[in-house]
Amino acid sequence: MVVPILNVDELSIRYADRSRALEAVAGASLRIAPQECVGVVGESGSGKSQLFLAAMGLLAGHARVTGSIRFAGDELLGAKAAALNRVRGSKLSMIFQDPMTSLTPHLRIGTQLAEVLVCHLGVSWTEARSAAGRMLERVQLTDPKRRLNQYPHELSGGMRQRVMLAMSLLCRPDLLIADEPTTALDVTVQAQILEVLRAVRSETGMALVLISHDFAVIAGLADRILVMYAGRIVENAAADELLRRPRHPYSAELLKCVPSLSGPRLARLPTLAGQPPQPGEALQACPFAPRCPRAADRCRLERPALAGSSMSQVACHFPLS
Amino acid sequence: MMPPTVVKPPAVMNAPLLQVRGLQVEFDRQPAVRDVSFDLFAAETVALVGESGAGKSTVARAVLRLVQPARGSVEFSGLDLLKAPPAVMRAQRRDLQIIFQDPLASLNPRMTIGDAIAEPLVIFEPELTAVERRQKVAGILQRVGLSADMASRYPHEFSGGQCQRIGIARATVLRPKLLVCDEAVSSLDVSIQGQIINLLLDLQQDMGMAMLFISHNLAVVRHISHRVMVMYRGELVEVASCEALFTAPVHPYTRALLAAVPRMPPIAAASFAGDA
Repeated sequence: MVVPILNVDELSIRYADRSRALEAVAGASLRIAPQECVGVVGESGSGKSQLFLAAMGLLAGHARVTGSIRFAGDELLGAKAAALNRVRGSKLSMIFQDPMTSLTPHLRIGTQLAEVLVCHLGVSWTEARSAAGRMLERVQLTDPKRRLNQYPHELSGGMRQRVMLAMSLLCRPDLLIADEPTTALDVTVQAQILEVLRAVRSETGMALVLISHDFAVIAGLADRILVMYAGRIVENAAADELLRRPRHPYSAELLKCVPSLSGPRLARLPTLAGQPPQPGEALQACPFAPRCPRAADRCRLERPALAGSSMSQVACHFPLS
Repeated sequence: MMPPTVVKPPAVMNAPLLQVRGLQVEFDRQPAVRDVSFDLFAAETVALVGESGAGKSTVARAVLRLVQPARGSVEFSGLDLLKAPPAVMRAQRRDLQIIFQDPLASLNPRMTIGDAIAEPLVIFEPELTAVERRQKVAGILQRVGLSADMASRYPHEFSGGQCQRIGIARATVLRPKLLVCDEAVSSLDVSIQGQIINLLLDLQQDMGMAMLFISHNLAVVRHISHRVMVMYRGELVEVASCEALFTAPVHPYTRALLAAVPRMPPIAAASFAGDA
């Protein structure tokens, strides 16, 4: 069997203060195969960003993390910063929603990009700068030569996200984690960024984790979709399957909430009643039970485990068939 | 550029609530909004769509006189707001309200939400007693789906969706005639987004207010608007009924905008429509 590029086992992330403990991620396990594109959906606070920030070693200092995260077979949790730095930023890369705060405001674009190659691959600054220019062209940034000499504030949001993308791709990562990469962008720019991601993937075979709360963004790229709710993975299935025949009631309800561009116009939008549980709430029951149209007594007493084959898993006592 | 086609909603025959003509807004002598004209009728929802920097928010702000236009007229209930003296303008403000994208940032963190919602009443209905004011605040809190006992809490104790409900309560406690929603649901999760939009539609039905709905989410716009105005580089390039805009867009920019929206696979979309 192929070694997964990312193998997360029983990962839990807790934040504790004197009065209470919050569980941001609760016993999540997942595998990502080389070259695979996995979409991760869930509402704010579902733990989707936390899970992957843990892989990058970017959680806040007081986070208590248990479990295991292996990248190409090597354990990342508890690894020393020096060991982590050999992997992250080069073989394992991440881009974020807000490209303004991800760039250093007082350094030229060219310097910030070249630095990645100088640090990770030890190439000369001249060489690194010309590679940076080529990568800006690759992500279809207009006028790449001029951009190298500009500062982040001189660029639009879409341009900055292209710069971030170029930066994350410079060392040819085996896995790119893209956390809401297009959420802050216009639809037209979003479409272009997604197209660049698609092209890079087909060219380099890079694996991609695409975190989004927008099913439509994920639908166009992902091979497989993970749905997270209240810190847990509640469904894991092939993208086509999940979008056509969701098995977890939460996935199904969330899909119904996506306003459509076709079909009849609706007088009222479909909604999911209620709110997700607060992260501090102790949950013996299924966390979705209070909002679930299929909930029965068992759901309020016993937490369902994620079960099924590795290609189709659901954490529900009464999944849709 | 093609002139915009003006389409009036069939149901509305009365005089418009808002008549904007030749609106021009300049920043550093550079036009940000050029020659924008449109009508908005009572109880009507008109969406304003387009990319960042197109001038959508600037149009809304100019209408509310939060920025000073260089040229044009904004006639609201028969009064030209741009020529109104300060005292007259202030009196109009109770009928002109706005809610923003970031609901938490729009609330004063050191004010209880009850006080924040009561503030417009203190200003515009000074004859109310403290008890009457508290009753009104409790009423609007319940109307927006919160509970009256939450009035003593502070903004940071609420989720994003709840903060937007508070923003809506504050904006509608005076029963305004026009509510501008500037990307009011853009930062919310899809499950919460529907709740907030349905609340706005309910309030519109209760109060008969007109809504200028600024959004980049075309799928949401499609379901809730009577008419849609498309803005590009400071100009209105297409104005059409919602039905017409989504089935037969005329302007090339509108077509490009619609083509860029990521699509769900058709089967998922079909099952969604069938369930609704």
